[in-house]
Amino acid sequence: MALALQTFSTVKDANAALKAAGTRYLGGGTLVVRAANEGDVSVSSLIRSTEPALSAITVSGGKVRIGASVTMAAIARHPDLASLAHAARAVGGPAIRNMATVGGNLFAPAPYGDFTVALLALDATVNIDDGELPIETFLAKRESNHAIITAVGFTFPADGFRFLKVSRIKPKGVSVLSIAAVLEQAPDGTVSSARIALGCMADRPMRATAAEKALLGRTLTSDGIAPTLAAAGDGTSPVTDPIASAWYRNEVLPVHLGRLLLG
Amino acid sequence: MAKVPVQFTLNGAEKAEFIDSGTTLLNALRDKIGDTSPKGGCHQGTCGACSVIIDGELRLSCLTLAETCNGAAITTTSGLSEGGVLHPLQRAFLDAFATQCGFCTSGMIMAAKVLLDHTPNPSRDEVVEALSGNICRCTGYEPIIQAVLTAARSNSQNAA
Ligand SMILES: Cc1cc2nc3c(=O)[nH]c(=O)nc-3n(C[C@H](O)[C@H](O)[C@H](O)COP(=O)(O)OP(=O)(O)OC[C@H]3O[C@@H](n4cnc5c(N)ncnc54)[C@H](O)[C@@H]3O)c2cc1C
Ligand code: FES
Ligand code: FES
Repeated sequence: MALALQTFSTVKDANAALKAAGTRYLGGGTLVVRAANEGDVSVSSLIRSTEPALSAITVSGGKVRIGASVTMAAIARHPDLASLAHAARAVGGPAIRNMATVGGNLFAPAPYGDFTVALLALDATVNIDDGELPIETFLAKRESNHAIITAVGFTFPADGFRFLKVSRIKPKGVSVLSIAAVLEQAPDGTVSSARIALGCMADRPMRATAAEKALLGRTLTSDGIAPTLAAAGDGTSPVTDPIASAWYRNEVLPVHLGRLLLG
Repeated sequence: MAKVPVQFTLNGAEKAEFIDSGTTLLNALRDKIGDTSPKGGCHQGTCGACSVIIDGELRLSCLTLAETCNGAAITTTSGLSEGGVLHPLQRAFLDAFATQCGFCTSGMIMAAKVLLDHTPNPSRDEVVEALSGNICRCTGYEPIIQAVLTAARSNSQNAA
């Protein structure tokens, strides 16, 4: 295996090195080293940066910034991110969570990317060295991204963040699907805003925009959410893999969305 | 390709080697340093047989590049016994028939050790969760879970 690693102390220098052909950024390596072990020769050089900001979590005034090198385990144990912990714990087993980074999760193809589903519902921004993008823009064209992601940022909803992962093997299994939602309710209990994100229902995390719209002005009761569940599969094109077929994923999506909304 | 230096402590002893850049920690430990206690099962992150403890955290040595471990403290199962006396986890695995072919055992013991280091008296669910990244084809898991619970009990008796 002819694979070389280059380490840079700044993101700037690492970004410059990434311009060369055959290079790829190394996060925790759970996907990229795995691919190399499997014989992927498209990468000859791995680049990483050890800039401290990449590993930092800051929470102030409801605003959260998570550096791209932060691992799922670090998120799961952070006292200020308790309501996100179950989404971070949904990724792999204990050793994977000690390695898997937020930055790498943004690129993980279905059936992976569970944490990114949470970030999509949270309307996160994806930061690079000289700017930031809305997560939806980033996801739509992530293949053409050549810049190092430095962090993700979002505003923590006071409450109303919900997350669910469905897998066949407990406690650690790859997703049949995952769902994250951020809901706001008016004083009368009706939903005043909704963001719903789905994992494994396309090749990458996607918004369930029809379901979101159908939820506005409705209450979180079985009658209230019926139109939302009917619209859940709009625009999905789930993956078929050894875990589940596309047909199966579409069949069970409304059941699990219903449980998330009523739970 | 130019060799690169790596230096870390392995089970408390200083190790320094020149390796090919991009070598996984698993290959460096087994082929260069001669510690064959981590096993290469899948090289894909799915079996856990290559688990080691790096700076107190459970990691998969098959997906870790050795160069990223410079300066780290690495623990493997081969470093657990002291003066020929088995570690309580090793003793419990033997006594409970929690090891058959033995291929998963070293990884299981690493995962169990990290658990007991942080949670000396785990519940059964905590043991299952801690071992959830490790696959065993032989035992059916129950003897392994029992062995970890037994080791936890014998640790707390010793401490008492
Ligand atoms: C056994 C196993 C189980 C798993 N289970 C799950 C699961 O349940 N849920 C789940 O979501 N995932 C799972 N994964 C997939 C993976 O571990 C995670 O998605 C993880 O978050 C990927 O992060 P990484 O840091 O390891 O990525 P890497 O392998 O380091 O990188 C992946 C890709 O992202 C790019 N990249 C990484 N960081 C950056 C950055 N900062 N800037 C630019 N590009 C970057 C890399 O160049 C590469 O192309 C599993 C993997 C394994 C091996
Ligand atoms: S060899 Fe590393 S997880 Fe299987
Ligand atoms: S004892 Fe054979 S794989 Fe576990």
